[in-house]
Amino acid sequence: MYKYILKRLAWMIPIILGVSVIIFLILSLTPGDPGTFILGAGGTQADVDELNHKLGYDLPAWQRYFKYMFGVVRLDFGTSYMTKLPVLDEIVAKVPVSVSVAFLGILTSLLIGIPLGVLSAVKQYSLLDAIPTFLAIFLAAAPSFWVGLMLMVLFSVKLGWLPSQGITSIKGYIMPMLSLGLIYGAQTLRFTRSSMLETIRQDYVRTAKAKGASKQAVIWKHAMQNALLPVITVTGNNFGALLGGAIVTETLYGLPGLGTYIVAGIKSKDIPVVMGGTISLAILFSIVMLLMDLLYAYVDPRIKAKYAGSKG
Amino acid sequence: MKETLLEVTDLVVKYKTDLETVSAVNGISFNLNKGETLGIVGETGAGKTTTALTILKLLPERVGIIENGRILFEGKDLLSLSERDMMKMRGDKISMIFQDPMSSLNPVHTIGAQIAEALKLHNEKNRTKEQLETRVDEVLEMVGIPPSRKGDYPHQFSGGMKQRVVIAIALACEPDLLIADEPTTALDVTIQAQVLMLMRELRDRLQTAMILITHDLGVVAQMCDRVAVMYAGELVETGTLKDIFTGERHHPYTKGLFGSIPKLNGESKSPLSPIEGLMPDPTDLPAGCSFYPRCPHASEQCLLKQSDAILSSTHTVRCRLFGKEA
Repeated sequence: MYKYILKRLAWMIPIILGVSVIIFLILSLTPGDPGTFILGAGGTQADVDELNHKLGYDLPAWQRYFKYMFGVVRLDFGTSYMTKLPVLDEIVAKVPVSVSVAFLGILTSLLIGIPLGVLSAVKQYSLLDAIPTFLAIFLAAAPSFWVGLMLMVLFSVKLGWLPSQGITSIKGYIMPMLSLGLIYGAQTLRFTRSSMLETIRQDYVRTAKAKGASKQAVIWKHAMQNALLPVITVTGNNFGALLGGAIVTETLYGLPGLGTYIVAGIKSKDIPVVMGGTISLAILFSIVMLLMDLLYAYVDPRIKAKYAGSKG
Repeated sequence: MKETLLEVTDLVVKYKTDLETVSAVNGISFNLNKGETLGIVGETGAGKTTTALTILKLLPERVGIIENGRILFEGKDLLSLSERDMMKMRGDKISMIFQDPMSSLNPVHTIGAQIAEALKLHNEKNRTKEQLETRVDEVLEMVGIPPSRKGDYPHQFSGGMKQRVVIAIALACEPDLLIADEPTTALDVTIQAQVLMLMRELRDRLQTAMILITHDLGVVAQMCDRVAVMYAGELVETGTLKDIFTGERHHPYTKGLFGSIPKLNGESKSPLSPIEGLMPDPTDLPAGCSFYPRCPHASEQCLLKQSDAILSSTHTVRCRLFGKEA
């Protein structure tokens, strides 16, 4: 198992290289140079050239790439063109925000989605199935900015319980958490429901009933663990995607997260910001995927056996 | 000497969905004595498994409906028992072995835990954890699996070994009745023989009565005391092993079943004589005898409702060919 974890961590090196090459290529191929962006329309060509030279942008792309990557190895992610702050410092400040928002959102989605999903599967065709399923479809179809705005109207405007912007206090996390939790919870609900419906028709569930197990024991002890396997996969993907992709939610609630940071970098052709942000996202994503796979192995002994079997 | 353990009377089971009603079991009656083995034979879809699931009251919820009948087990009417009381019966007094060992064990629990669960659910003697574990070891040894493997998961076992585990689960509480639903169909032939031998040995040792559901007449010949032939949800012929396997007078369907087996003795060069046609659509059964459309002896009388002809004290046939004679 440890060998497997080490192997997976080693895999992150080619992943980071691949991601960095692709992002760097895209940034180099798109028109425009940082000098023009920074100086704007007021700058003369001479000023622009001088600035580009100062930023090292006049070198060929491959030289810039290697220069950048050698910096990264020494944990130097460069300096933002726009803010003139070291990119690493900014990322270190933003990663905890993104990770906690994504984590809280996913946690809420699981707390909503799994129990309701199980309930609607077990009570299939009853009202306890119809209502959660309807809400799930409704929330899955609702745009995330709309859900976010509605929460804001309720909790900030009408009730005045929660701040609408920022995370100066812990309260600021509640609405982003609810907003993501509701949207992803709807998806988790539907996945749990269909997975559970399939599982409770399995032969081993019938075996458990034939042993004399109660309906509750059959569901929680025998069906649950099996039904959760596909839910784990989806949750892992959602978590990974939310780390950098909760841009709408981050923008709406004014959260200083990775997603908005990278988008701002792209808009101003702030190469060090985009590169640094993307690389840290790739690392985070790989770690989340590894954790999910370990969870998978923990839940399913068949998968654990496979990992233990693959030597090295 | 012969004490009745199970008495099924006029059992009618239907599967009802929005689209159609499937008449799976249409008024069957049979008895089973303590320690006796009854074989139920018939084609796929004859209602054998439905009968078994009905005895355990494990029919699919909402869809499977017991319309009529009575199932007496040790004098208690199972159909009027509450779910709570039924749970006490399942696994303790009545156990079941399912057809496909590959899918009938939970992939995420160790086999030891799956056997122990049956014991824990019916722990009237309040055995301690250690005592239960000792019993798990005993049961595993009984089915020929080294107890050291109880921490292993189902995927670490072969099909035959898995079926041994399923048997261990079913017999852990030493039930009075074991229902085996095609226990060897999914296994290859050499393993089949091993598993059958094991089942026979354990049945004799534990004095368990058994209902063996199969379409394999060879298995019936090895295992059963009495045989019931099932066709389209009806028992068309019941009798002792001798009544069914020898003698001249049989239901045309029984004859058809035997005609479908290749004979190995050199004498009879007769080719296989399979039964022509298919079983009737269970959503639309013919009136009268359900075998009538495929029967070589069919006549107009067959369109009327048939009743059992009693050929001897042990042998009955539901066919007009045999009249009402004694």
